[in-house]
Amino acid sequence: MPKVNIAKKSTDTDMTPFVDIAFLILSFFIMATKFKPAEAVPIQTPNSVSSQTLPENDAVMISIDKDDKVYFSIMTKNDKQKAIDIIVAASTARNMPVTAQEAAQYFPGDMIGVPFNKLKGYLNLPGDQKKVYVQDGIPVKDSSNNELYYWIAATRSVFAGQTLKYLIKGDNVSKFPAFKAVIDALKKNDEQKYNLVTMPEGAPAGTELYKERNNIK
Amino acid sequence: MASLDTGDGGGGHKKGPGVKKAKKLSTRVDMTPMVDLGFLLITFFIFTATMSSPTTMDLNMPKDSKDEKDQTKVKQSGALTIMLGKDNSLFFYEGDLLPDGSNFKSSTFKDIRNEVIKKKQQVEAAYVTDPACEAKAIQEKKDPKDCRQKDFFVLIKPTKEANYKGVIDLLDEMTINKVARYALVDPFPQEEELISASLGIAPAAAPAQ
Repeated sequence: MPKVNIAKKSTDTDMTPFVDIAFLILSFFIMATKFKPAEAVPIQTPNSVSSQTLPENDAVMISIDKDDKVYFSIMTKNDKQKAIDIIVAASTARNMPVTAQEAAQYFPGDMIGVPFNKLKGYLNLPGDQKKVYVQDGIPVKDSSNNELYYWIAATRSVFAGQTLKYLIKGDNVSKFPAFKAVIDALKKNDEQKYNLVTMPEGAPAGTELYKERNNIK
Repeated sequence: MASLDTGDGGGGHKKGPGVKKAKKLSTRVDMTPMVDLGFLLITFFIFTATMSSPTTMDLNMPKDSKDEKDQTKVKQSGALTIMLGKDNSLFFYEGDLLPDGSNFKSSTFKDIRNEVIKKKQQVEAAYVTDPACEAKAIQEKKDPKDCRQKDFFVLIKPTKEANYKGVIDLLDEMTINKVARYALVDPFPQEEELISASLGIAPAAAPAQ
């Protein structure tokens, strides 16, 4: 009987296509990733079917966290001077002025959640301490001392004649009165149009919106 | 240079005792460390990626007006009032609240969509052609079909215990069902009483002990 000769096959696999795909995925993730800015206070926003994107500039964001504390952030990354102007104007209106140098320590996009009497101290904190400092929230509940009103009034005067969006970002479990207080502060300034920050979700199947989006008659 | 020279060793070279034959080296590179690094980076980016960026939803509030004639009148036949209570409880009634509260019903976030659709269809069925409204819609380049639900109005009334998510979910429900007219309003004292009364039967009774 002749011996059957089994050909010795190499165990080496060609890794090239595998590497190709790996780097393709890698480059996709590098391109698609947008780093989450560090948030002082985590806020879980509700979902909505809305598909408008969030403006990153020329906007102010009012955040409500899970304990109903209200924060104010000025989203003017392309024009830092505006943020400084707003802080100076708002604090001056409340007779607790901070200087422009102090206001310059605010980084656009950060959340301010202190009453005006603590604003100076907060702004003077060094950067790393600012992140861990527990803020009390802007007082809004008492309608006679709604400090958010002054923030919005200052923002309006600085942004006079330019487009400005009001973003409201509320936590899932925050209570309605906090939201209402924020709306009241805006209404007092004659602002009736707001944008609520939400996470996207699809339209539920079978509903009218779903039919419209998928062109089903 | 020798490593890349895998071709014919001869060519124009002289062969002789003094000429060393170049050793053939493999051109294959060990890819394993590169793949390791590649996947390490992929995992890193997967974990840090925020895939869905937040979206925004429009909310327009009416101006506070004490003037009667500036206020929008809501037709009783087309009104649907939805109230939000504690712990995601939901209540609704159609038209005006009856003095004995018999049309006051409780619901859930799952069922409220059907109620909204039902009421909307009911209003649309009762629609009597309104040429003025349709002409205006065409002029403003809107769908004249929207006129059919012109009497339909949803009032969303969150109580003090309602949470933000519930309010947003209801506003979203209006977009989902294409309700053109809705508003956020404060509940009347009578409604609040009914809500606390119906909630009081089960959960609120506990802390009384």
